[in-house]
Amino acid sequence: MKKFLTALAAVLAIGLASVTNSWAEEKPADTAAPAAAADSAAPAAAEAPADAAAEAPKLDSGSTAWMMTATVLVILMTIPGLALFYGGLVRQKNMLSVLMQVFVTFSVLSVVWVAAGYSLAFTEGSNFIGGLEKAFLSGVTPDSLQGVIPEYVFITFQLTFAAITPALIIGGFAERIKFSAVLLFMVLWMLAVYVPVAHWVWGGGFLADDGAKDFAGGTVVHINAGIAALVGCLVLGKRIGYGREAMPPHSLTMTMIGASMLWVGWFGFNVGSELAADGTAGLVLVNTQVATAAAVLGWMFAEWIFRGKPSMLGAASGAVAGLVAVTPACGFIGPMGGILLGLIAGVLCFWAVTTLKGLFGYDDSLDVFGVHGIGGIIGAILTGVLMAPGLGGVGYPEGITMGAQLWIQTKSVLITIVWSGVVSFILYKIVDMIVGLRVTEDKEREGLDITEHGETAYHS
Amino acid sequence: MKLVTAIIKPFKLDEVREALSAIGVQGITVTEVKGFGRQKGHTELYRGAEYVVDFLPKVKIEAAIKSEMLDQVIEAIEKSANTGKIGDGKIFVFDLDQVVRIRTGETGADAL
Repeated sequence: MKKFLTALAAVLAIGLASVTNSWAEEKPADTAAPAAAADSAAPAAAEAPADAAAEAPKLDSGSTAWMMTATVLVILMTIPGLALFYGGLVRQKNMLSVLMQVFVTFSVLSVVWVAAGYSLAFTEGSNFIGGLEKAFLSGVTPDSLQGVIPEYVFITFQLTFAAITPALIIGGFAERIKFSAVLLFMVLWMLAVYVPVAHWVWGGGFLADDGAKDFAGGTVVHINAGIAALVGCLVLGKRIGYGREAMPPHSLTMTMIGASMLWVGWFGFNVGSELAADGTAGLVLVNTQVATAAAVLGWMFAEWIFRGKPSMLGAASGAVAGLVAVTPACGFIGPMGGILLGLIAGVLCFWAVTTLKGLFGYDDSLDVFGVHGIGGIIGAILTGVLMAPGLGGVGYPEGITMGAQLWIQTKSVLITIVWSGVVSFILYKIVDMIVGLRVTEDKEREGLDITEHGETAYHS
Repeated sequence: MKLVTAIIKPFKLDEVREALSAIGVQGITVTEVKGFGRQKGHTELYRGAEYVVDFLPKVKIEAAIKSEMLDQVIEAIEKSANTGKIGDGKIFVFDLDQVVRIRTGETGADAL
Protein backbone atom coordinates (compact mmCIF):
# COMPACT_ATOMS: atom_id res chain seq x y z
CA MET A 1 0.00 0.00 0.00
CA LYS A 2 2.82 2.35 0.96
CA LYS A 3 4.63 1.60 -2.29
CA PHE A 4 1.50 2.26 -4.28
CA LEU A 5 0.86 5.62 -2.60
CA THR A 6 4.47 6.68 -3.08
CA ALA A 7 4.32 5.79 -6.76
CA LEU A 8 1.01 7.57 -7.20
CA ALA A 9 2.35 10.68 -5.49
CA ALA A 10 5.44 10.70 -7.72
CA VAL A 11 3.42 10.31 -10.88
CA LEU A 12 1.00 13.05 -9.90
CA ALA A 13 3.84 15.37 -8.98
CA ILE A 14 5.59 14.90 -12.31
CA GLY A 15 2.36 15.20 -14.23
CA LEU A 16 1.31 18.35 -12.42
CA ALA A 17 4.69 19.97 -12.80
CA SER A 18 4.95 19.26 -16.49
CA VAL A 19 1.45 20.47 -17.29
CA THR A 20 1.90 23.64 -15.23
CA ASN A 21 5.19 24.41 -16.89
CA SER A 22 3.91 24.13 -20.41
CA TRP A 23 1.07 26.52 -19.60
CA ALA A 24 3.56 29.04 -18.22
CA GLU A 25 3.89 32.23 -20.16
CA GLU A 26 5.77 31.40 -23.31
CA LYS A 27 9.19 32.88 -23.63
CA PRO A 28 10.09 34.34 -27.03
CA ALA A 29 10.89 31.39 -29.22
CA ASP A 30 14.62 30.76 -29.17
CA THR A 31 15.96 30.73 -32.66
CA ALA A 32 18.69 28.25 -33.18
CA ALA A 33 22.31 29.19 -33.51
CA PRO A 34 23.20 30.13 -37.05
CA ALA A 35 26.07 27.67 -36.82
CA ALA A 36 25.24 25.86 -40.01
CA ALA A 37 24.46 22.19 -40.09
CA ALA A 38 27.58 21.76 -42.18
CA ASP A 39 29.73 22.69 -39.20
CA SER A 40 30.65 19.15 -38.35
CA ALA A 41 32.76 20.17 -35.38
CA ALA A 42 29.75 20.64 -33.13
CA PRO A 43 26.76 19.07 -34.82
CA ALA A 44 24.52 19.39 -31.81
CA ALA A 45 25.71 22.72 -30.44
CA ALA A 46 23.49 24.52 -27.99
CA GLU A 47 21.87 27.73 -28.94
CA ALA A 48 24.42 30.53 -28.91
CA PRO A 49 23.50 34.19 -29.20
CA ALA A 50 22.57 34.77 -32.81
CA ASP A 51 25.41 36.09 -34.92
CA ALA A 52 24.13 39.42 -36.14
CA ALA A 53 25.82 39.11 -39.51
CA ALA A 54 24.46 35.64 -40.35
CA GLU A 55 20.97 34.83 -41.56
CA ALA A 56 18.69 32.90 -39.18
CA PRO A 57 18.29 29.36 -40.58
CA LYS A 58 14.93 28.26 -41.92
CA LEU A 59 13.19 24.95 -41.57
CA ASP A 60 14.42 22.45 -44.15
CA SER A 61 11.73 19.87 -44.78
CA GLY A 62 14.12 17.32 -46.30
CA SER A 63 16.33 17.43 -43.22
CA THR A 64 13.33 17.43 -40.93
CA ALA A 65 11.83 14.37 -42.58
CA TRP A 66 15.18 12.63 -42.41
CA MET A 67 15.70 13.52 -38.75
CA MET A 68 12.29 12.20 -37.80
CA THR A 69 13.25 8.98 -39.56
CA ALA A 70 16.64 8.91 -37.87
CA THR A 71 14.93 9.29 -34.51
CA VAL A 72 12.73 6.31 -35.19
CA LEU A 73 15.74 4.27 -36.33
CA VAL A 74 17.49 4.91 -33.03
CA ILE A 75 14.34 3.96 -31.14
CA LEU A 76 14.42 0.66 -33.02
CA MET A 77 18.04 0.22 -31.90
CA THR A 78 16.88 0.16 -28.29
CA ILE A 79 13.58 -1.63 -28.64
CA PRO A 80 13.97 -4.33 -29.70
CA GLY A 81 17.53 -4.15 -31.07
CA LEU A 82 19.52 -3.82 -27.85
CA ALA A 83 16.92 -5.77 -25.90
CA LEU A 84 17.25 -8.81 -28.15
CA PHE A 85 21.01 -8.52 -28.53
CA TYR A 86 21.42 -8.63 -24.77
CA GLY A 87 18.49 -10.96 -24.17
CA GLY A 88 19.86 -13.72 -26.36
CA LEU A 89 23.15 -13.63 -24.49
CA VAL A 90 21.74 -14.44 -21.05
CA ARG A 91 20.34 -17.71 -19.77
CA GLN A 92 16.75 -18.54 -20.56
CA LYS A 93 15.63 -17.95 -16.99
CA ASN A 94 16.69 -14.31 -17.20
CA MET A 95 15.55 -13.42 -20.71
CA LEU A 96 12.51 -11.41 -19.68
CA SER A 97 14.41 -9.53 -17.01
CA VAL A 98 16.78 -8.16 -19.65
CA LEU A 99 13.98 -7.31 -22.06
CA MET A 100 12.11 -5.62 -19.25
CA GLN A 101 15.09 -3.63 -18.00
CA VAL A 102 15.81 -2.26 -21.47
CA PHE A 103 12.16 -1.60 -22.32
CA VAL A 104 11.33 0.18 -19.08
CA THR A 105 14.62 2.10 -18.88
CA PHE A 106 13.80 3.43 -22.31
CA SER A 107 10.36 4.48 -21.11
CA VAL A 108 11.25 6.13 -17.83
CA LEU A 109 14.18 8.03 -19.31
CA SER A 110 11.98 9.36 -22.11
CA VAL A 111 9.96 11.15 -19.45
CA VAL A 112 12.91 12.30 -17.37
CA TRP A 113 14.65 13.63 -20.49
CA VAL A 114 11.87 16.02 -21.39
CA ALA A 115 11.30 16.87 -17.75
CA ALA A 116 14.87 17.93 -16.98
CA GLY A 117 17.54 16.19 -19.02
CA TYR A 118 17.20 18.12 -22.24
CA SER A 119 17.33 21.47 -20.52
CA LEU A 120 20.34 20.58 -18.41
CA ALA A 121 22.23 19.20 -21.39
CA PHE A 122 21.41 21.63 -24.15
CA THR A 123 20.78 25.07 -22.72
CA GLU A 124 23.68 27.44 -22.38
CA GLY A 125 24.18 27.44 -18.61
CA SER A 126 27.82 27.22 -17.63
CA ASN A 127 30.71 25.31 -19.16
CA PHE A 128 29.82 22.48 -16.83
CA ILE A 129 26.06 22.15 -16.97
CA GLY A 130 23.05 23.74 -18.62
CA GLY A 131 20.17 25.45 -16.90
CA LEU A 132 16.56 24.59 -16.18
CA GLU A 133 15.00 27.20 -18.49
CA LYS A 134 13.64 24.47 -20.69
CA ALA A 135 12.60 22.04 -17.98
CA PHE A 136 9.39 20.33 -19.07
CA LEU A 137 10.19 21.83 -22.49
CA SER A 138 9.00 25.19 -21.29
CA GLY A 139 9.17 27.75 -24.05
CA VAL A 140 9.53 25.28 -26.86
CA THR A 141 6.83 25.50 -29.49
CA PRO A 142 6.18 23.66 -32.75
CA ASP A 143 7.82 26.60 -34.51
CA SER A 144 11.02 26.54 -32.47
CA LEU A 145 14.02 25.57 -34.54
CA GLN A 146 17.31 23.88 -33.83
CA GLY A 147 19.42 24.50 -36.89
CA VAL A 148 17.20 23.63 -39.83
CA ILE A 149 14.89 21.22 -38.00
CA PRO A 150 12.13 21.79 -35.45
CA GLU A 151 13.41 21.84 -31.91
CA TYR A 152 10.90 19.17 -30.94
CA VAL A 153 12.52 16.85 -33.46
CA PHE A 154 15.95 17.65 -32.08
CA ILE A 155 14.69 17.04 -28.54
CA THR A 156 13.27 13.65 -29.48
CA PHE A 157 16.37 12.68 -31.41
CA GLN A 158 18.54 13.51 -28.42
CA LEU A 159 16.04 11.69 -26.20
CA THR A 160 16.82 8.45 -27.98
CA PHE A 161 20.52 8.89 -27.23
CA ALA A 162 19.87 9.74 -23.59
CA ALA A 163 17.73 6.64 -23.27
CA ILE A 164 19.92 4.09 -25.02
CA THR A 165 23.14 5.06 -23.26
CA PRO A 166 22.03 4.02 -19.79
CA ALA A 167 20.31 0.96 -21.26
CA LEU A 168 23.71 -0.22 -22.49
CA ILE A 169 24.91 -0.46 -18.90
CA ILE A 170 22.39 -3.23 -18.22
CA GLY A 171 24.78 -5.70 -19.79
CA GLY A 172 27.32 -5.19 -17.03
CA PHE A 173 25.14 -6.37 -14.19
CA ALA A 174 22.72 -8.64 -16.00
CA GLU A 175 21.28 -11.72 -14.31
CA ARG A 176 21.80 -10.50 -10.74
CA ILE A 177 20.45 -6.99 -10.26
CA LYS A 178 17.10 -6.02 -8.78
CA PHE A 179 14.62 -4.41 -11.14
CA SER A 180 13.92 -1.59 -8.67
CA ALA A 181 17.64 -0.89 -8.48
CA VAL A 182 17.83 -0.63 -12.28
CA LEU A 183 14.97 1.85 -12.41
CA LEU A 184 16.40 4.10 -9.74
CA PHE A 185 19.98 3.88 -10.96
CA MET A 186 19.04 4.68 -14.55
CA VAL A 187 17.23 7.89 -13.65
CA LEU A 188 20.05 9.08 -11.41
CA TRP A 189 22.74 8.10 -13.88
CA MET A 190 21.20 9.85 -16.83
CA LEU A 191 20.94 13.07 -14.88
CA ALA A 192 24.29 12.90 -13.06
CA VAL A 193 26.55 11.34 -15.70
CA TYR A 194 25.03 11.39 -19.18
CA VAL A 195 23.64 14.91 -19.06
CA PRO A 196 26.84 16.66 -17.91
CA VAL A 197 29.02 14.83 -20.45
CA ALA A 198 26.50 15.55 -23.21
CA HIS A 199 26.62 19.19 -22.21
CA TRP A 200 30.42 19.26 -22.25
CA VAL A 201 30.63 17.73 -25.74
CA TRP A 202 27.46 18.86 -27.50
CA GLY A 203 25.74 21.40 -25.31
CA GLY A 204 28.27 24.19 -25.41
CA GLY A 205 30.44 22.92 -22.61
CA PHE A 206 34.18 22.85 -22.09
CA LEU A 207 35.10 19.74 -24.08
CA ALA A 208 33.63 21.24 -27.22
CA ASP A 209 35.42 24.49 -26.47
CA ASP A 210 38.65 22.54 -26.19
CA GLY A 211 38.04 21.18 -29.68
CA ALA A 212 37.26 17.56 -28.86
CA LYS A 213 35.88 15.77 -31.92
CA ASP A 214 33.07 13.38 -31.09
CA PHE A 215 30.59 13.20 -33.91
CA ALA A 216 27.86 10.94 -32.61
CA GLY A 217 28.87 10.11 -29.07
CA GLY A 218 31.95 7.96 -28.61
CA THR A 219 32.56 9.58 -25.24
CA VAL A 220 29.04 10.68 -24.36
CA VAL A 221 27.50 7.30 -25.08
CA HIS A 222 29.98 4.48 -25.29
CA ILE A 223 32.83 5.30 -22.95
CA ASN A 224 30.30 6.63 -20.45
CA ALA A 225 28.27 3.44 -20.49
CA GLY A 226 31.26 1.14 -20.74
CA ILE A 227 32.91 2.56 -17.63
CA ALA A 228 29.63 2.60 -15.70
CA ALA A 229 29.14 -1.07 -16.58
CA LEU A 230 32.67 -1.95 -15.49
CA VAL A 231 32.18 -0.21 -12.16
CA GLY A 232 28.77 -1.86 -11.82
CA CYS A 233 30.00 -5.37 -12.38
CA LEU A 234 32.74 -4.79 -9.82
CA VAL A 235 30.37 -3.30 -7.24
CA LEU A 236 27.74 -6.00 -7.68
CA GLY A 237 30.23 -8.83 -7.89
CA LYS A 238 30.25 -11.89 -10.09
CA ARG A 239 27.27 -14.04 -10.85
CA ILE A 240 26.94 -17.14 -8.70
CA GLY A 241 28.85 -19.92 -10.35
CA TYR A 242 30.75 -17.65 -12.73
CA GLY A 243 33.82 -19.45 -13.96
CA ARG A 244 32.57 -22.84 -12.77
CA GLU A 245 29.09 -23.30 -14.10
CA ALA A 246 28.10 -23.19 -17.73
CA MET A 247 26.30 -19.98 -18.70
CA PRO A 248 26.24 -20.00 -22.48
CA PRO A 249 23.91 -17.65 -24.37
CA HIS A 250 20.46 -19.17 -24.61
CA SER A 251 19.67 -17.81 -28.06
CA LEU A 252 22.33 -16.54 -30.41
CA THR A 253 19.56 -16.33 -32.98
CA MET A 254 18.00 -13.51 -30.95
CA THR A 255 21.42 -11.94 -30.46
CA MET A 256 22.04 -11.89 -34.19
CA ILE A 257 18.60 -10.35 -34.79
CA GLY A 258 19.39 -7.71 -32.19
CA ALA A 259 22.84 -7.04 -33.61
CA SER A 260 21.38 -6.62 -37.08
CA MET A 261 18.82 -4.13 -35.82
CA LEU A 262 21.59 -2.26 -34.06
CA TRP A 263 23.60 -2.13 -37.29
CA VAL A 264 20.69 -0.82 -39.33
CA GLY A 265 19.42 1.54 -36.64
CA TRP A 266 22.89 2.95 -36.07
CA PHE A 267 22.58 4.79 -39.37
CA GLY A 268 19.99 6.90 -37.61
CA PHE A 269 22.38 7.32 -34.70
CA ASN A 270 25.44 8.35 -36.71
CA VAL A 271 24.01 9.90 -39.85
CA GLY A 272 21.32 11.65 -37.83
CA SER A 273 23.97 13.32 -35.71
CA GLU A 274 24.63 15.64 -38.65
CA LEU A 275 21.14 17.00 -37.96
CA ALA A 276 20.63 17.57 -41.66
CA ALA A 277 20.47 15.72 -44.95
CA ASP A 278 23.69 16.90 -46.60
CA GLY A 279 27.08 15.84 -47.89
CA THR A 280 28.60 15.22 -44.50
CA ALA A 281 25.68 12.96 -43.71
CA GLY A 282 26.60 11.02 -46.83
CA LEU A 283 30.15 10.63 -45.59
CA VAL A 284 28.88 9.39 -42.25
CA LEU A 285 26.65 6.88 -44.05
CA VAL A 286 29.46 5.22 -45.94
CA ASN A 287 31.83 5.34 -42.96
CA THR A 288 29.30 3.67 -40.70
CA GLN A 289 28.82 0.85 -43.15
CA VAL A 290 32.41 0.07 -44.09
CA ALA A 291 33.86 0.41 -40.61
CA THR A 292 31.29 -2.01 -39.25
CA ALA A 293 31.84 -4.53 -42.02
CA ALA A 294 35.60 -4.34 -41.49
CA ALA A 295 35.18 -4.86 -37.76
CA VAL A 296 33.14 -8.01 -38.36
CA LEU A 297 36.01 -9.35 -40.44
CA GLY A 298 38.63 -8.21 -37.95
CA TRP A 299 36.96 -9.95 -35.03
CA MET A 300 36.07 -13.01 -37.04
CA PHE A 301 39.55 -13.60 -38.42
CA ALA A 302 41.15 -12.94 -35.03
CA GLU A 303 38.85 -15.50 -33.51
CA TRP A 304 39.41 -17.97 -36.32
CA ILE A 305 43.17 -17.69 -35.95
CA PHE A 306 43.43 -17.62 -32.18
CA ARG A 307 40.46 -19.75 -31.15
CA GLY A 308 40.04 -22.11 -34.04
CA LYS A 309 36.56 -21.33 -35.32
CA PRO A 310 34.74 -18.20 -36.55
CA SER A 311 31.57 -17.82 -34.49
CA MET A 312 28.24 -16.07 -34.98
CA LEU A 313 28.65 -14.41 -31.61
CA GLY A 314 32.06 -13.19 -32.70
CA ALA A 315 30.73 -11.74 -35.94
CA ALA A 316 27.84 -10.02 -34.17
CA SER A 317 30.16 -8.66 -31.49
CA GLY A 318 32.58 -7.48 -34.13
CA ALA A 319 29.81 -5.54 -35.82
CA VAL A 320 28.90 -3.77 -32.60
CA ALA A 321 32.55 -3.03 -31.87
CA GLY A 322 32.93 -1.44 -35.29
CA LEU A 323 29.78 0.59 -34.87
CA VAL A 324 30.98 1.83 -31.51
CA ALA A 325 34.43 2.76 -32.77
CA VAL A 326 33.16 4.64 -35.80
CA THR A 327 30.63 6.59 -33.73
CA PRO A 328 32.96 9.43 -32.70
CA ALA A 329 34.88 9.31 -35.98
CA CYS A 330 32.23 9.00 -38.67
CA GLY A 331 31.98 12.63 -39.68
CA PHE A 332 35.70 13.34 -39.61
CA ILE A 333 37.44 10.46 -41.34
CA GLY A 334 37.44 9.04 -44.85
CA PRO A 335 35.97 5.66 -45.82
CA MET A 336 39.36 3.99 -46.13
CA GLY A 337 40.20 5.28 -42.68
CA GLY A 338 36.89 3.80 -41.63
CA ILE A 339 37.91 0.37 -42.85
CA LEU A 340 41.19 0.61 -40.96
CA LEU A 341 39.39 1.78 -37.84
CA GLY A 342 36.94 -1.12 -38.07
CA LEU A 343 39.66 -3.72 -38.47
CA ILE A 344 41.56 -2.39 -35.47
CA ALA A 345 38.44 -2.15 -33.31
CA GLY A 346 37.36 -5.66 -34.24
CA VAL A 347 40.68 -7.17 -33.26
CA LEU A 348 41.26 -5.11 -30.11
CA CYS A 349 37.76 -5.59 -28.75
CA PHE A 350 38.08 -9.32 -29.38
CA TRP A 351 41.24 -9.20 -27.30
CA ALA A 352 39.46 -7.18 -24.62
CA VAL A 353 36.59 -9.61 -24.13
CA THR A 354 38.77 -12.69 -24.20
CA THR A 355 42.23 -11.99 -22.84
CA LEU A 356 41.77 -8.77 -20.86
CA LYS A 357 38.63 -10.01 -19.16
CA GLY A 358 40.30 -13.30 -18.34
CA LEU A 359 43.32 -11.52 -16.87
CA PHE A 360 41.32 -9.47 -14.38
CA GLY A 361 38.44 -11.85 -13.91
CA TYR A 362 35.60 -9.32 -13.73
CA ASP A 363 32.13 -10.51 -14.62
CA ASP A 364 31.03 -7.91 -17.16
CA SER A 365 28.27 -10.26 -18.19
CA LEU A 366 27.58 -8.94 -21.66
CA ASP A 367 30.94 -7.27 -22.32
CA VAL A 368 29.75 -3.70 -22.17
CA PHE A 369 33.20 -2.49 -21.15
CA GLY A 370 34.98 -4.74 -23.60
CA VAL A 371 32.95 -3.58 -26.58
CA HIS A 372 31.53 -0.15 -25.76
CA GLY A 373 34.20 1.02 -23.38
CA ILE A 374 37.26 -0.19 -25.27
CA GLY A 375 35.66 0.39 -28.67
CA GLY A 376 34.71 3.92 -27.69
CA ILE A 377 38.22 4.67 -26.47
CA ILE A 378 39.76 3.30 -29.66
CA GLY A 379 37.38 5.31 -31.79
CA ALA A 380 37.78 8.53 -29.86
CA ILE A 381 41.57 8.42 -30.00
CA LEU A 382 41.92 7.18 -33.57
CA THR A 383 39.58 9.96 -34.67
CA GLY A 384 42.47 12.24 -33.85
CA VAL A 385 44.71 10.30 -36.21
CA LEU A 386 42.39 9.41 -39.06
CA MET A 387 41.04 12.93 -39.50
CA ALA A 388 44.35 13.85 -41.07
CA PRO A 389 43.88 14.93 -44.70
CA GLY A 390 46.72 12.64 -45.71
CA LEU A 391 44.69 9.73 -44.37
CA GLY A 392 41.51 10.77 -46.11
CA GLY A 393 40.05 12.77 -43.25
CA VAL A 394 38.41 16.18 -43.20
CA GLY A 395 41.52 17.81 -41.74
CA TYR A 396 42.26 19.59 -38.50
CA PRO A 397 40.99 22.99 -37.37
CA GLU A 398 43.19 25.97 -38.10
CA GLY A 399 46.45 25.75 -36.22
CA ILE A 400 45.93 22.28 -34.75
CA THR A 401 48.40 19.50 -35.45
CA MET A 402 47.71 15.79 -35.24
CA GLY A 403 49.58 15.64 -31.98
CA ALA A 404 47.55 18.47 -30.51
CA GLN A 405 44.29 16.91 -31.63
CA LEU A 406 45.36 13.54 -30.24
CA TRP A 407 46.00 15.16 -26.89
CA ILE A 408 42.58 16.83 -26.91
CA GLN A 409 40.94 13.52 -27.78
CA THR A 410 42.84 11.70 -25.07
CA LYS A 411 41.97 14.38 -22.55
CA SER A 412 38.26 14.09 -23.33
CA VAL A 413 38.49 10.31 -23.00
CA LEU A 414 40.24 10.54 -19.64
CA ILE A 415 37.83 13.13 -18.29
CA THR A 416 34.87 11.01 -19.33
CA ILE A 417 36.38 7.89 -17.77
CA VAL A 418 37.02 9.64 -14.48
CA TRP A 419 33.63 11.36 -14.32
CA SER A 420 31.67 8.28 -15.26
CA GLY A 421 33.74 6.02 -13.04
CA VAL A 422 33.55 8.13 -9.91
CA VAL A 423 29.95 9.30 -10.17
CA SER A 424 28.66 5.88 -11.23
CA PHE A 425 30.34 4.34 -8.20
CA ILE A 426 28.67 6.86 -5.90
CA LEU A 427 25.28 6.26 -7.52
CA TYR A 428 25.58 2.49 -7.16
CA LYS A 429 26.27 2.95 -3.47
CA ILE A 430 23.33 5.30 -3.06
CA VAL A 431 20.97 2.89 -4.84
CA ASP A 432 22.32 0.03 -2.74
CA MET A 433 21.43 1.98 0.41
CA ILE A 434 17.93 2.82 -0.77
CA VAL A 435 16.66 -0.36 -2.42
CA GLY A 436 19.61 -2.76 -2.46
CA LEU A 437 21.40 -3.70 -5.67
CA ARG A 438 21.58 -7.46 -5.85
CA VAL A 439 18.92 -10.13 -5.54
CA THR A 440 19.36 -12.90 -2.97
CA GLU A 441 21.22 -16.07 -3.90
CA ASP A 442 18.02 -18.10 -4.07
CA LYS A 443 16.41 -15.66 -6.43
CA GLU A 444 19.47 -15.53 -8.61
CA ARG A 445 19.49 -19.33 -8.83
CA GLU A 446 15.82 -19.53 -9.65
CA GLY A 447 16.02 -16.82 -12.27
CA LEU A 448 14.95 -13.17 -12.38
CA ASP A 449 12.06 -13.77 -14.77
CA ILE A 450 10.13 -15.67 -12.12
CA THR A 451 11.36 -13.88 -9.03
CA GLU A 452 11.29 -10.26 -10.25
CA HIS A 453 8.59 -10.42 -12.89
CA GLY A 454 6.45 -13.49 -12.23
CA GLU A 455 6.82 -14.71 -15.78
CA THR A 456 8.58 -17.30 -17.90
CA ALA A 457 9.93 -16.43 -21.32
CA TYR A 458 9.34 -19.80 -22.95
CA HIS A 459 7.07 -22.64 -22.06
CA SER A 460 8.27 -25.62 -24.06
CA MET B 1 6.52 -59.11 -20.62
CA LYS B 2 9.62 -57.00 -21.03
CA LEU B 3 10.37 -53.30 -21.24
CA VAL B 4 13.13 -52.71 -23.74
CA THR B 5 14.95 -49.40 -23.41
CA ALA B 6 17.46 -48.38 -26.06
CA ILE B 7 19.70 -45.29 -26.14
CA ILE B 8 20.59 -44.56 -29.75
CA LYS B 9 22.03 -41.79 -31.91
CA PRO B 10 19.25 -39.33 -32.81
CA PHE B 11 19.56 -39.65 -36.58
CA LYS B 12 18.98 -43.42 -36.29
CA LEU B 13 15.49 -43.01 -34.88
CA ASP B 14 13.62 -43.41 -38.17
CA GLU B 15 15.50 -46.58 -39.09
CA VAL B 16 14.94 -48.16 -35.69
CA ARG B 17 11.27 -47.25 -35.75
CA GLU B 18 10.81 -48.88 -39.15
CA ALA B 19 12.72 -51.99 -38.09
CA LEU B 20 10.49 -52.38 -35.02
CA SER B 21 7.31 -51.84 -37.04
CA ALA B 22 8.46 -54.47 -39.48
CA ILE B 23 8.58 -57.13 -36.75
CA GLY B 24 5.24 -56.14 -35.27
CA VAL B 25 6.05 -53.77 -32.40
CA GLN B 26 3.06 -51.44 -32.53
CA GLY B 27 3.98 -48.64 -30.13
CA ILE B 28 7.09 -46.98 -28.71
CA THR B 29 7.84 -43.98 -26.51
CA VAL B 30 10.64 -41.66 -27.52
CA THR B 31 12.47 -39.17 -25.30
CA GLU B 32 15.28 -36.77 -26.13
CA VAL B 33 18.07 -37.29 -23.62
CA LYS B 34 21.69 -36.33 -23.03
CA GLY B 35 24.47 -38.64 -22.09
CA PHE B 36 27.92 -39.98 -22.70
CA GLY B 37 29.79 -43.22 -22.58
CA ARG B 38 33.06 -43.52 -24.37
CA GLN B 39 32.20 -40.91 -26.98
CA LYS B 40 33.96 -37.61 -26.24
CA GLY B 41 32.02 -34.34 -26.01
CA HIS B 42 32.89 -31.08 -27.72
CA THR B 43 34.02 -27.59 -26.83
CA GLU B 44 31.87 -24.49 -27.24
CA LEU B 45 33.28 -21.02 -27.31
CA TYR B 46 31.32 -17.86 -26.42
CA ARG B 47 33.55 -14.80 -26.58
CA GLY B 48 36.02 -15.47 -23.79
CA ALA B 49 34.20 -18.35 -22.14
CA GLU B 50 35.08 -21.89 -23.16
CA TYR B 51 32.70 -24.70 -22.23
CA VAL B 52 33.54 -28.38 -22.51
CA VAL B 53 30.25 -30.12 -23.17
CA ASP B 54 30.46 -33.78 -22.14
CA PHE B 55 26.83 -34.55 -22.73
CA LEU B 56 25.81 -35.50 -26.20
CA PRO B 57 22.26 -35.54 -27.48
CA LYS B 58 20.80 -39.01 -27.72
CA VAL B 59 17.35 -40.54 -28.19
CA LYS B 60 15.82 -43.03 -25.74
CA ILE B 61 13.27 -45.51 -27.12
CA GLU B 62 11.08 -47.56 -24.81
CA ALA B 63 8.95 -50.43 -26.01
CA ALA B 64 6.81 -52.82 -23.95
CA ILE B 65 6.82 -56.26 -25.62
CA LYS B 66 5.88 -59.87 -25.10
CA SER B 67 8.76 -61.89 -23.68
CA GLU B 68 8.75 -64.26 -26.68
CA MET B 69 9.64 -61.37 -29.00
CA LEU B 70 12.67 -60.24 -26.99
CA ASP B 71 15.40 -61.72 -29.19
CA GLN B 72 13.81 -60.39 -32.38
CA VAL B 73 13.43 -56.91 -30.90
CA ILE B 74 17.01 -56.78 -29.67
CA GLU B 75 18.27 -57.89 -33.06
CA ALA B 76 16.11 -55.35 -34.89
CA ILE B 77 17.31 -52.45 -32.76
CA GLU B 78 20.92 -53.55 -32.80
CA LYS B 79 21.05 -53.86 -36.58
CA SER B 80 19.20 -50.64 -37.40
CA ALA B 81 20.93 -48.41 -34.83
CA ASN B 82 24.43 -49.58 -35.58
CA THR B 83 26.97 -47.31 -37.33
CA GLY B 84 30.11 -49.07 -36.19
CA LYS B 85 31.44 -45.93 -34.47
CA ILE B 86 31.74 -45.13 -30.78
CA GLY B 87 28.52 -43.67 -29.36
CA ASP B 88 26.04 -46.07 -31.04
CA GLY B 89 24.36 -46.63 -27.68
CA LYS B 90 23.05 -49.45 -25.51
CA ILE B 91 19.96 -51.60 -25.05
CA PHE B 92 18.58 -52.31 -21.55
CA VAL B 93 15.99 -54.99 -20.82
CA PHE B 94 13.70 -54.82 -17.79
CA ASP B 95 11.08 -57.25 -16.52
CA LEU B 96 7.65 -55.71 -16.88
CA ASP B 97 5.20 -56.64 -14.09
CA GLN B 98 1.98 -55.17 -15.40
CA VAL B 99 0.57 -53.30 -18.39
CA VAL B 100 -2.91 -51.66 -18.61
CA ARG B 101 -4.62 -50.14 -21.65
CA ILE B 102 -6.27 -47.05 -20.22
CA ARG B 103 -9.12 -46.78 -22.71
CA THR B 104 -10.44 -50.31 -22.31
CA GLY B 105 -8.94 -51.54 -19.08
CA GLU B 106 -7.30 -54.55 -20.76
CA THR B 107 -4.29 -55.88 -18.87
CA GLY B 108 -1.27 -58.07 -19.46
CA ALA B 109 -0.38 -59.30 -22.92
CA ASP B 110 -3.74 -58.06 -24.28
CA ALA B 111 -2.68 -54.53 -23.50
CA LEU B 112 0.51 -54.71 -25.55
